[in-house]
Amino acid sequence: MNLQFFLSLICGIFIGGTAGYLGTLMLAKRMALVAGPLGHLTLPGIALALIYGFDVSLGAFPFVILGIVLIWLFEMRTKLPIEALTAIVFASGVAIAFLFLPIEQAEMALIGDITKVSLREAIITAILCFLVFFIVKKIYPQITLINISEDIAKAEKINVKKYNFLYLGAIAVIVALGVKMVGGLLTAALVAIPVCAARNLSKNLFQYTLLATSFGIISAFLGILIFELTGFPAGPLIILTSAFFFLISLIFKKR
Amino acid sequence: MLSFFNMNNNSNSILKVKNLNVKLDGEEVIKDLSFEVKEGNVLTILGPNGAGKTVFLKTLLGVLPYQGEIKWARGVKIGYVPQRLPFIKDIPMSVSEFFKLKGAWQEETKEILNLVGLRENFLNKKIGELSSGQFQRILVAWALVKNPNVLLFDEPTTGIDIGGEETIYTLLAKLKEKRNLTILLVTHDLSVVYKFSNFVVCLNKCPICQGKPKEVLTLEVLQKLYGEEVKFYKHHRH
Repeated sequence: MNLQFFLSLICGIFIGGTAGYLGTLMLAKRMALVAGPLGHLTLPGIALALIYGFDVSLGAFPFVILGIVLIWLFEMRTKLPIEALTAIVFASGVAIAFLFLPIEQAEMALIGDITKVSLREAIITAILCFLVFFIVKKIYPQITLINISEDIAKAEKINVKKYNFLYLGAIAVIVALGVKMVGGLLTAALVAIPVCAARNLSKNLFQYTLLATSFGIISAFLGILIFELTGFPAGPLIILTSAFFFLISLIFKKR
Repeated sequence: MLSFFNMNNNSNSILKVKNLNVKLDGEEVIKDLSFEVKEGNVLTILGPNGAGKTVFLKTLLGVLPYQGEIKWARGVKIGYVPQRLPFIKDIPMSVSEFFKLKGAWQEETKEILNLVGLRENFLNKKIGELSSGQFQRILVAWALVKNPNVLLFDEPTTGIDIGGEETIYTLLAKLKEKRNLTILLVTHDLSVVYKFSNFVVCLNKCPICQGKPKEVLTLEVLQKLYGEEVKFYKHHRH
């Protein structure tokens, strides 16, 4: 097995698994929809990274943060539903990116490329994913309660702002890492599709988180493997693999 | 945000509310409300829909900003039963996992489930698959975790069949005795007030009356509270 393939697998498995786990929190209250526009908004950042030759995730990260702040501000200022606001942010992100992104590099920005990661990138990715996983595990009960009802969470003396901050931080890191793997267009799928498949099959939180994490890992693994065999781009293959799992889950879904 | 006072022996007050004003988005929802709750009382907050009852409970919980005074007795532990939890069915979660979110372990959960008349086999049931009556019991049970001495209860659906002979109110009455609870209950259902509570606060943004239900709930008061069309007001015994 060559080293490059191995490094891609490591990155894919870590990002895919962590995104699946984090996604289980995001599916409630439609946060998974928010990941889409956040991914799209990273496109200008990716464009800058490609033009000046630095790490794509590094370019994406400040734009995710900007996106979160914007969505949060819009939500405070207007009564529009958050989905509508994210659509505004999303379209603007794509538009800005294509003002100056060289068209020959558009593919990388849109659908990602995990098959050229360096050893250093792989190590940093693994460490960041590990950190995010640990933080999400820590805040899981609190965020779940906040998802169920903010009033209940506040009545339980949970510091809602603090936990939301950590939660959004975790989302930002995963989106920034995700764009490297599947590109700005497809990032939302990383936190949504494995989770939807898992929800179809789960009776409780334990199964739900375990299955979502597993589907994320297996999709990344198979997607990169199929790339190695066929040469089709890895990002779309990863997403299609998880979509396939979703279809299978529909067959086994009870009721 | 909430303040506390030391209980002394001659007054067994558990909650003192004084000149409470609540504004949401610039609109006055509760105006100049004052009352006291004694330990062991069942207080109902009665009012039509949109009278600010739920807002009032949330204010007591310390979730909403307010002006005036809300003082709880020191050592009070509050359990809160919300009206609905619409998002909970989006999450695949077993009953025991729901209780674990509040820090209750298996044994405590079993004990509380028994108390509200649910058997142990409910531990592994999926929340989304419970009937509305079972879910209502689960919410009451959840509020009882960590042994609260005050229960805030937001508008239990009166029509709901929670199973067996029991209504949600006979269940609450039973729990009150067993756990020595003080209960604050929000409702728009008059019969509940007569059957179940010993103190009532009528609220339609402004406070309209307060006192013992049979003494203060006159036709005149009820018309003021619900509008002119109230004709029937005396409680029928079933």
